[in-house]
Amino acid sequence: MARAAKNAPDRTSDTLLDIRNLRIEATVYPPGEDPKNVVIVDDVSVKLERGKVLGLIGESGAGKSTIGLSSMGYGRGGVRITGGEVILNGRDILKGGPSGFRKLRGREVCYVAQSAAAAFNPAHRLMRQVIEASLKHGVSSRAEAEKRAIALFKEVSLPDPEHIGNRYPHQVSGGQLQRVMTAMALCSKPDLIVFDEPTTALDVTTQIDVLAAIKKAIRDTGVAALYITHDLAVVAQVADDIMVLRHGKKVEKGDTHQIIKEPRQAYTNALVSVHSIPHEEQKPAAPLLSVKNVTAAYGGGTVKVLKNVSVEVAAGQTLAVVGESGSGKSTLARAITGLLPPMEGSVEFDGRTLPKRLADRTKNDLRELQMIYQMADVAMNPRQTVGTIIGRPIEFYFGKRGRERDRMVAELLDKIEMGTGFGDRYPAELSGGQKQRVCIARALAAKPKLIICDEVTSALDPLVANGILKLLLNLQKEENVAYVFITHDLATVKSIADSIAVMYQGSVVRYGPKSKVLAPPFDAYTDLLLSSVPEMELGWLEKAMASRRMEAAGN
Amino acid sequence: MLNIRRIPISALAGILVTLLFVLAAIFTPWIAPYPDAAIVGDVWAPASAAHWLGTDNLGRDLLTRLLYGARITLFIAFLATVLSFTLGASLGFSAAVVGGWFDELLSRFVDLIMSIPTLIFALVVLSVLPSTTLTLILVMGVLDSTRVFRISRAVAVDINVMDFVEAAKLRGEGRLWIIFREILPNALSPLVAELGLRFIFAILFLSALSFLGLGVQPPNSDWGGMVKDNKEGIVFGIPAALLPAAAISVLAISVNLVADWILNRTTDLKGGRGNG
Repeated sequence: MARAAKNAPDRTSDTLLDIRNLRIEATVYPPGEDPKNVVIVDDVSVKLERGKVLGLIGESGAGKSTIGLSSMGYGRGGVRITGGEVILNGRDILKGGPSGFRKLRGREVCYVAQSAAAAFNPAHRLMRQVIEASLKHGVSSRAEAEKRAIALFKEVSLPDPEHIGNRYPHQVSGGQLQRVMTAMALCSKPDLIVFDEPTTALDVTTQIDVLAAIKKAIRDTGVAALYITHDLAVVAQVADDIMVLRHGKKVEKGDTHQIIKEPRQAYTNALVSVHSIPHEEQKPAAPLLSVKNVTAAYGGGTVKVLKNVSVEVAAGQTLAVVGESGSGKSTLARAITGLLPPMEGSVEFDGRTLPKRLADRTKNDLRELQMIYQMADVAMNPRQTVGTIIGRPIEFYFGKRGRERDRMVAELLDKIEMGTGFGDRYPAELSGGQKQRVCIARALAAKPKLIICDEVTSALDPLVANGILKLLLNLQKEENVAYVFITHDLATVKSIADSIAVMYQGSVVRYGPKSKVLAPPFDAYTDLLLSSVPEMELGWLEKAMASRRMEAAGN
Repeated sequence: MLNIRRIPISALAGILVTLLFVLAAIFTPWIAPYPDAAIVGDVWAPASAAHWLGTDNLGRDLLTRLLYGARITLFIAFLATVLSFTLGASLGFSAAVVGGWFDELLSRFVDLIMSIPTLIFALVVLSVLPSTTLTLILVMGVLDSTRVFRISRAVAVDINVMDFVEAAKLRGEGRLWIIFREILPNALSPLVAELGLRFIFAILFLSALSFLGLGVQPPNSDWGGMVKDNKEGIVFGIPAALLPAAAISVLAISVNLVADWILNRTTDLKGGRGNG
């Protein structure tokens, strides 16, 4: 009896969550070496008052998700909580054992995952999953729980709140599913919700809707939250306080205003100012590549994904192609490279018309037009060394072999700011940023006139992505290479583009030099896109929501 | 890279036993106590100092017969497996990379062959063709290659859609480079594991054929044939048929253990130096 009383939640104090000197470790098994211990979180203390929102921010590997999950006593993928205390509602939950965890998960602490599509069971209707925790914990009867769920659906502004619960997860959009998950977390009236990158996988125009819904729900229900993200601008909209983490250690903690306006640590400052790269817009010049009235379709003409698209790029300049997922921007790249031969229209390059099909193009056509992919780790053969990967284009296009080739590989490695020692490494032995650099070197090895960059920075941490963008800009100056830069990230566009094409549902809706495209008056879609990019500013979210003229497609 | 201490005991036992069989098969002429097919004792004599495992239905030394049987069994099974892999993998990879009607044609043809039970198909073909070792190997290899075709095509189709293959195509690489340099190294691990399994099936298949009288022809005999020759003895409590049968199962199990371990070791597509 005494034990039960000791483990009962005590909701009287102001402090909801008090993590003290948390230490989390895991054992890793590197190939060919003995297993070793790594410290994922080292001596981190977090204190959260009732009804407050704390943002945990850092790059991948900073330990932010691990800390978030420790508040419900969970260690993902075999990590162990080896030190410290996690005091929730006045008692140390780490001492409660498995049955203690079962009582508090879904009742006192709920979790909202990054990928809603992967977090819902596709075989059950949404309502059943939303009220499951409330029924399991006996918080309320089924009828009451369903009533509360419908009220919450309204709260997170889902369409048709009375009936959306009858749908299956695949019958609602990604942004809606993320909001259903927020409602699910709120349904059992928990004291704390852990949001783990809830908007990262969404399009920028959808992200703002979900963000607004989460913020409203937190405010109206008075729940406390840990908000985990790598995007400082996003967290600035919802959090009261922010903690910056790096390599499992605390860098800085303060209220939101202080962190984004007066960061005290150099690392925080780097995160805050990450998006600003000075770039002088170049004057329009004679086009190197011109895409003329291209229409392309999948499935033999039934689904048109590109409709009458015309764009141009001048030598040594950058054209940014912007749009949401499904807008046809990657298809444009496939049409230019010949992977998807266009049905109508033509692609002119360096004064000649390129054959539509890849197989009909000459080796020189292929050499002058290179491509860099979004996912660097699948763009390189995992069984080839960096030396082979970069060396192959040199061998293939210029017939250089042996020592001559090795010298050129070393030169390229130097250009991408990596040492010669990397030549013998395999892709699996590189970090994300290094992988993308190797892909850049492979494209450069062909001495191209144009490189198509397909979302090359969107899988990377902001600071690493920043480095890649700077590298690309420097290389453009040195080699006079033109870029077609495909991205959904407008902040990136502002830093590197000379001209911009905005795509929406397969058509170019706005096109011209950067200064013109980014200056008013805007068309409705460009306005929506521009106003959806989170800015590092308090109260931006409310302003943006108030001034919108068009509903996002994911709504 | 490969640390002997980190090989699990089951795989270690599998490797040892398989190695023992292979060595015995290679050195048979030097280690067999009697010449092959020579009648050296009574019919179905029990084990003795002269005949460690006894004699068979004609009075031949059973140990000698087993050793020579291993030689023939392993030889035919090995060549049939090599044939099926060369044929199946090259066609499977080509089908995946070339695609279109070529893929469709080959895949449907393989479906057609696979829809006929392999054993019956082989029995029909072998009873028409002259019974030589070569035809046996060819028939076994071609029939087995349909299964290799399926798995290698499936693996290659997965790899073929990866960005690095697309990058190679954009570079203008030919099909041979794509098949042998981009796809093959990444498809090797599942195929090596499959190689072990197909090798076992080849042994079992050969034994079944010989048992039915269409495999290895007398006076030579593989294990399946030995079971056939001695099966009447079982009624009289004579174990001569059980020994070759046991040899088949021990070899099958030990090769399986090795194949399992290889499969476990290499299922991840991470690449690089592999995880020792």
